[in-house]
Amino acid sequence: MTLVAAINWHSVAFLFFALVACGLALAVVLATHVVRMAFYLTLCLGATAGLFFLAGAEFVGAMQLLIYVGGTLVLLIFGVMLTSQARFISMQSSGAEWVLAAVVGGALLLLLLQAAYSVPSWNTPPPAEAPVELAATRTSTPIGLALAGVRVDKLSVTDPQRQRGLSGYLLPFVIVSVHLLVVLIGAGYLARTKRHVLGGASTWRGLEDQP
Amino acid sequence: MAQFFNEILHRLTGQWVAVDSWLGYVLAAGVHLFLLINVVAVGALVFIWLERKVAGRIQDRLGPTRVGGKFGWLQTLADGIKLIAKEDITPKDADPLLFKLAPYVSFASSFTAYMALPFANGWAAQEINVGVFFIVAVLGLEVFGVILAGYASGSKWSLFGGMREAAQVVSYEVPMGLCIVVPVLVVGSMNLVTIGEAQAGWFTNWLIFHDPFTFLVFFVYFTCAVASVNRAPFDLAEAESELVAGFHTEYSGLRWSFFFMAEYGSMFLVSGLAAILFFGGWNGPIPLMRMLGWAYEQGEVGWRVTGYLAQLAGVLNFITKAVLGVIVMMWVRWTLPRLRIDQVLTTCLKYCVPLAAFCFVGAMLWKALGWWSPQDLAPYTLGRPMIEVRESWVLAADPAASPQQPLRQAARVTSEEAGR
Repeated sequence: MTLVAAINWHSVAFLFFALVACGLALAVVLATHVVRMAFYLTLCLGATAGLFFLAGAEFVGAMQLLIYVGGTLVLLIFGVMLTSQARFISMQSSGAEWVLAAVVGGALLLLLLQAAYSVPSWNTPPPAEAPVELAATRTSTPIGLALAGVRVDKLSVTDPQRQRGLSGYLLPFVIVSVHLLVVLIGAGYLARTKRHVLGGASTWRGLEDQP
Repeated sequence: MAQFFNEILHRLTGQWVAVDSWLGYVLAAGVHLFLLINVVAVGALVFIWLERKVAGRIQDRLGPTRVGGKFGWLQTLADGIKLIAKEDITPKDADPLLFKLAPYVSFASSFTAYMALPFANGWAAQEINVGVFFIVAVLGLEVFGVILAGYASGSKWSLFGGMREAAQVVSYEVPMGLCIVVPVLVVGSMNLVTIGEAQAGWFTNWLIFHDPFTFLVFFVYFTCAVASVNRAPFDLAEAESELVAGFHTEYSGLRWSFFFMAEYGSMFLVSGLAAILFFGGWNGPIPLMRMLGWAYEQGEVGWRVTGYLAQLAGVLNFITKAVLGVIVMMWVRWTLPRLRIDQVLTTCLKYCVPLAAFCFVGAMLWKALGWWSPQDLAPYTLGRPMIEVRESWVLAADPAASPQQPLRQAARVTSEEAGR
């Protein structure tokens, strides 16, 4: 009983979700069937959402579920089904594709590792197994305020060094949304039925042949 | 609850179980899980029987009468035994792995959403600060199981059903989200417990009576909810007259019944969400328990019998409202004919979305301008007023915002003020 009590169950749950996410990510790479890949990807993203919930970031976790797992994958499956011809059903990667993918993936992994270990607190081992407090951070208000651009809850901070960081994420947020709008309009333009302009009036291409 | 278990175990076993042991947490989670799975499974049993009875009465017949006495209340159980005993068939063309997993995906997402659903003040398996958002996010995953089932069955009927379901659910998520945002903004919190408690007191405090726009938006919400749980008149995914049985054509036995447990589970869930968002949740039309002084006061800690009874009455209230919602869904199903797929999408994009957006703007203006609302008749003064919930970050900023005490401290105060 004492042995079981000595285990940090938070770490165990973290390891569980992390292993599920990594294992299913590998399964996505190794699987050859398109729809199964999509299924593994869903579970992988779901496990990532589980990591967010474990960290007490419920808003981000629910966002992960709604946007990635819900939205993107439903659309992905749409695409997969509409293009489910024989050559797409089973995809065998050639050796050159494996090398290219390994180079790109490895470069990204190295970059992320470098960035992660440049954070000072990651290099030094924690002094002791601190009890995990989750209830303290369970509110999404700071995220919303930061996205809206003003941290009203932090007005009394006087240190100018800290004040500079309180302007929030309004500019990146707006840039991302405008970018998405451009993408949407572009997609709509590309997917639109093509028309010919004849003498100022536009007619459908299919109607031209008719008498 | 975990501390309660640990306390008992500590006293029973002496030194074996510490007061903050993991065992209590596991036991508490087990109890929550047991209760919730019974809500879903027994709920499905009762609702299937109820559906037959409602359908029978609407069509001027009796419904099941033989099994289990006069009302045929054992009919579903007999059906359940039949389903368990049935052979589990996988078609030749099916993708075996996905075909077997699809019902569980559907059921698991429907069941996971119950984790955040409060049945009374604070009685949720996990009280999540963004509970509404969580439920909407998880409910949206149910369609994934249906699409997988449609694809993996290797049958054209199933594929058609799955594709229809995908188109329908993806488009109805938009107006449903817009409708859910209205009560969230009127109350100023995404915490379902806070939203429910903000409507305590007389029935005039219920958000559906807050202003004409919230009244209208409830009906839009209900329409979208019926569509999003794939019920008639929006049950195109399993249109019997066109697609044999739609996405579950190839399923038999227990796997088939998992789809139905998921469907009835989601029906109860969206009705319960409607009850919390618009009909005061666990608060009855007349605040009887508060008049008697039984209900827990705001911020009260500790346990007493009367408070527990008041909570039980709240659960009864909540379940009654949710079941009423489910009965209305059945009434609609046996009254209206099925829509065509283009009519379904027209209803969503041309009627529900503009109506929801209009009501959203209207309700916000009503709230911002501070116009008269029935809530002013009998304002709920026992708990915290709504404005305090909405502005909790302003109230909470002062005590902890000195530079020496960073974010963590301030966040704790905020969450205490806002939720618990």
